[in-house]
Amino acid sequence: MNILEKLLSISRRKSPWIYCLNAGSCNGCDIEIAACLSPRYDPEQVGTLKQGSPKHADILLVTGPLTLRTQDALRDIWGQIPRPKAVVAIGSCPASGNVFAGSPSVVGALAQVIPVDVYVPGCPPRPQAILVGCLQAAGLLAEGRTHDQQANREDGR
Amino acid sequence: MNAWWRTGSALLLWPGLIGGAALAWLFLWIQRKLAARLQGRKGPPFYQPFFDFIKLLGKETVTPGGVNRGLLHALPLASVIAATCALALIPVPGNLMPSFAGDLIVVLYLLEMPALCEVLAGYSSRSLYGQVGAAREATLWLGYNLPFLAAVVALAIRAKSLSLRALAATPLGPVHFAAALAFLFALPARLKRNPFSIPNAEQEIVAGPFTEYNGVPLAFFELSHGLELVALVSLFTALFLPLGHTPGLRWLLALLGSGALVALITLVATATARLTVRQAFRLYWSWGACAAILALMIAGIW
Repeated sequence: MNILEKLLSISRRKSPWIYCLNAGSCNGCDIEIAACLSPRYDPEQVGTLKQGSPKHADILLVTGPLTLRTQDALRDIWGQIPRPKAVVAIGSCPASGNVFAGSPSVVGALAQVIPVDVYVPGCPPRPQAILVGCLQAAGLLAEGRTHDQQANREDGR
Repeated sequence: MNAWWRTGSALLLWPGLIGGAALAWLFLWIQRKLAARLQGRKGPPFYQPFFDFIKLLGKETVTPGGVNRGLLHALPLASVIAATCALALIPVPGNLMPSFAGDLIVVLYLLEMPALCEVLAGYSSRSLYGQVGAAREATLWLGYNLPFLAAVVALAIRAKSLSLRALAATPLGPVHFAAALAFLFALPARLKRNPFSIPNAEQEIVAGPFTEYNGVPLAFFELSHGLELVALVSLFTALFLPLGHTPGLRWLLALLGSGALVALITLVATATARLTVRQAFRLYWSWGACAAILALMIAGIW
């Protein structure tokens, strides 16, 4: 690893910008994300900023059990985030469907649609846990170990 | 040292690209840290703007469909170059750039370039939010330039010169107070900070003209915004602060003055909420016009 790659790796760890997407969530996890972004937990002290445009983001936070109506929007927004990118599944719903599992209007686990790098369990998870999940995703980005980066290497890009 | 070397060092080292970028990252950090402390947060560490810039350089650049790839890269580059050239002409302590008659006019034109590039970037990105942001920026432009240009013109009338060094060497008088007032009034809108963060209004129009920008072009726009901040703040310190002639003290006063001005802008930005375009435009063409006329009248009388 030469010095430029090392600098880039540190930058990716120190500056994870996030984009939040509600894929049919009950809003519980979204309230916890809002609490995580509040002055009490202040994610900016580790460089995390919430971005309004997916094109500025590094990490996609997904909440909710992924309903049929949101899956196209999810694929679209995931595709808009420039590489390298990471996906963090917030709460139990994107992991398993939670209490909505088996519902006719729910697709199922998030990993069926896009590759998930970090799971933050809980219904809803604590704000500290969400922040730790973002930092773990930033660490994966820095080490080049997200699913997206590994898939790119296999493609030879 | 001949004129070419001096021009080159002013453009590249100090106060141009390298020195200017370092100062820009410092000022951007002061803004973010102070805003965080005022909101009861801890705030980012001092290296944050630098790492943000490097990270954006290392990202893939996605060209939106139907957008000219050359234009996408040329606009932020033109913005950075214009801001660097403007900065290199401003007589801050230690600037080796040879002064020439009429450099004031060149600086004023170069300082308009980042705003112009932003408007073009917004319109050419084919994003609805980008177009709304660009239209707002263009409208606001007609507002804040009234007191800004009047302040500089009043100083030029007083100094009877269009050279920045002559303006900076003019002893302080009543015209400086009126002109400083008009200059400070225009500054938050020029920097797109609250209450005039109208063109890049987050939570409202996503990221304004930069909504579709990502990767390297976005990094360059962030850099040009920082350089523009440094250029405007050092223009203020050069024109309105009595820096004296002691070498060490000159540097110290210029840095302290710039830091205090950045802190003042942040204080106003944190304490206020966003105005609408209509309110901001009316503010500039009523109170801004009053400040402009006052500065020009005092310059004409004294």
